[in-house]
Amino acid sequence: MAELTVVEAVNQALAFEMARDERVVVLGEDVGLSGGVFRATDGLFARYGESRVIDTPLAEGVIAGASIGLAMAGWVPVAEIQFLGFVHNGFNQVVDQLARVRYRSAGRFSAQVTIRAPYGGGVRAPELHSDAFEAHFTHAPGLKVVAPSVPADVKGLLLASIRDPDPVLFLEPLRGYRQVKGEVPDGDYVVELGKARVAREGSDVTVVAWSAAIQVALQAADDAQAQGISVEVVDLRTLVPLDVAALAASVSKTGRAVVVQEAPLTSGFAAEVVASIQEEAFFSLQAPIRRVAAPDVPYPVQMLEEHYLPNAERVLEAIVAATRD
Amino acid sequence: MKKAARAAPVNLDGVRSAAMPPLVRYLDQDGELLEEQPMSDELALEGYRVMLRGRRFDERCVSLQRQGRMVTLAPGIGQEAATVGAAMALDPKTDWFVPQYRELAGQLWHGYPLKLAFLWHVGHPIAFQVPAELKMLPFQAAIAGQLPQAVGLAWGLKLKGDPGVVLAVFGDGGTSQGDFHEAANLAGVTRAPVVLLCQNNGWAISTAIAQQTAAETLAQKAVGYGFPGIQCDGNDLFAVYATVRAAVERARSGDGPTLVEAVTYRLGLHTTADDPTRYEPREMHETWIDRDPLRRMHLHLLARGVVDSAGLERMEEEVKEELRVAWDEAQREPAPDPAYYFGHVADSPGARVDGQLRRYGREGRG
Repeated sequence: MAELTVVEAVNQALAFEMARDERVVVLGEDVGLSGGVFRATDGLFARYGESRVIDTPLAEGVIAGASIGLAMAGWVPVAEIQFLGFVHNGFNQVVDQLARVRYRSAGRFSAQVTIRAPYGGGVRAPELHSDAFEAHFTHAPGLKVVAPSVPADVKGLLLASIRDPDPVLFLEPLRGYRQVKGEVPDGDYVVELGKARVAREGSDVTVVAWSAAIQVALQAADDAQAQGISVEVVDLRTLVPLDVAALAASVSKTGRAVVVQEAPLTSGFAAEVVASIQEEAFFSLQAPIRRVAAPDVPYPVQMLEEHYLPNAERVLEAIVAATRD
Repeated sequence: MKKAARAAPVNLDGVRSAAMPPLVRYLDQDGELLEEQPMSDELALEGYRVMLRGRRFDERCVSLQRQGRMVTLAPGIGQEAATVGAAMALDPKTDWFVPQYRELAGQLWHGYPLKLAFLWHVGHPIAFQVPAELKMLPFQAAIAGQLPQAVGLAWGLKLKGDPGVVLAVFGDGGTSQGDFHEAANLAGVTRAPVVLLCQNNGWAISTAIAQQTAAETLAQKAVGYGFPGIQCDGNDLFAVYATVRAAVERARSGDGPTLVEAVTYRLGLHTTADDPTRYEPREMHETWIDRDPLRRMHLHLLARGVVDSAGLERMEEEVKEELRVAWDEAQREPAPDPAYYFGHVADSPGARVDGQLRRYGREGRG
């Protein structure tokens, strides 16, 4: 057990799996000698060489598409997309091709491919480097979408993702890369995909979030506690497949729910969470489920960023409102 | 102020064209051999048989589609030499065929069963389940979407020390897609053992080649990616075979990719939903009927005495019978269960999909 940041947990998981499984190759823009723009692949090039840690041309479509072919040739590719916003250049290869490899070949082929990308905002990055685009990918059957918040889950879920026989989009909390630290088990530590985690136990309101928004939810829960409201925070960890049972269990206990997402409100993944809760736990609900999201405007440049992202204050407002309904 | 000296005026003349080798041709349009035949007579006759099988298959399927017994389909009529000639240059034990959707004749040569081909055109999912022993990817509807995958596959084989070469086929329209450029670029950088075979059939549905590109040839696009590009007569089985074989040998020896532009023509329809009379000049069509790849081989084989008219008639009958048997078999294939599609979404798709399977499966059984 060691205390690591999120990005150190990513690095440890990659290094561990490359040592354990010789089929694992890491590819992407600047992942080699430079070690990645966030240093997520730091040291891998020196250890595993240019045939397993591969700097690619600046082209997300072929990074994703070639990963499919590499998997068909027997490799286990872990591709880095430098920022999630860039993955849209390869949208066809990720959503229409990678996600469907097993399906469209009726099982002749599968694509054991992990695509890692920093996700979300809050680090004053340029335009298109901060968006929370998860909902563009949760609507693609065949693609698993993972969005952990703390270093232990980052390691455990990344190892599970690389070993999953099907493609996984692995979203790493950009804001948490160096800010969020935590104890991470040594060695082979796997967290099962598709299982949510109760990040904080409580009895009055359930707050559902994922990735960096978990830190916001925990802060709001602390603030609510000061007002005498007991908040349970559920960290989804995996968006697809969604752990509906965990959502139902928590809301059955609290009777109230607030869902937090960094993305703009309309058609965001929070809507899926809300719909799932009302399908599974409708008769437990004592109040309408509330959403806290970014407004329906594009992600702003740096000086406006803090106004845009859901913060603890807005989450607290929603928690208080839910208890008064 | 003193003006900066310049060694020479900027000269933009001539920078638009790359020096390209001439188009490779072995047979003229009347079946006259211009070069030494690059394969045995026996192989030439087999190649012709598979071209004929592809032609008659397409004709039969268009007819079945008109009767409402098949889904919309894209026949490869007129392009049989381009796809069969390329497939003949592969070693099916080691080499991969990565199709778009208009190269069935070549896929038949590579080993794709006729019965599955029929099932493809009735919309049966089993047609996409390429048999386990066959080195082939499923048909691809996204134009050029297969190319990044083909390059990744070739690169992956090379990294493993596998001797395989990948033949990736696409059309003239595909060269406008980002996937083509990204794939070609990566192929050049990684020296992937891949042959990029562009079937330039003159049309992307109704878009003529002049509206697709300002380049003199499609083959010259390879120059920008650092590997050779070459044009061959796509209606000449021998030219395609010899050109692709040279590219395959180059790939296998570690020298990397080649772009082969097979200049051919779509004598049929884009798909059965298309009406070329709206945009295709009649004279153009007639010009290309005279260049029909089957007619050319037919004349050559007769003139060389490889086969006589009676032999060709017998071949027609044999192909007809093969198609009849395969279509009968295809019709006997059980319809897919509605629950079928849940089976291949993912190895473990999660509780929600499992629940949907139980529900839809029950509904499916009525």
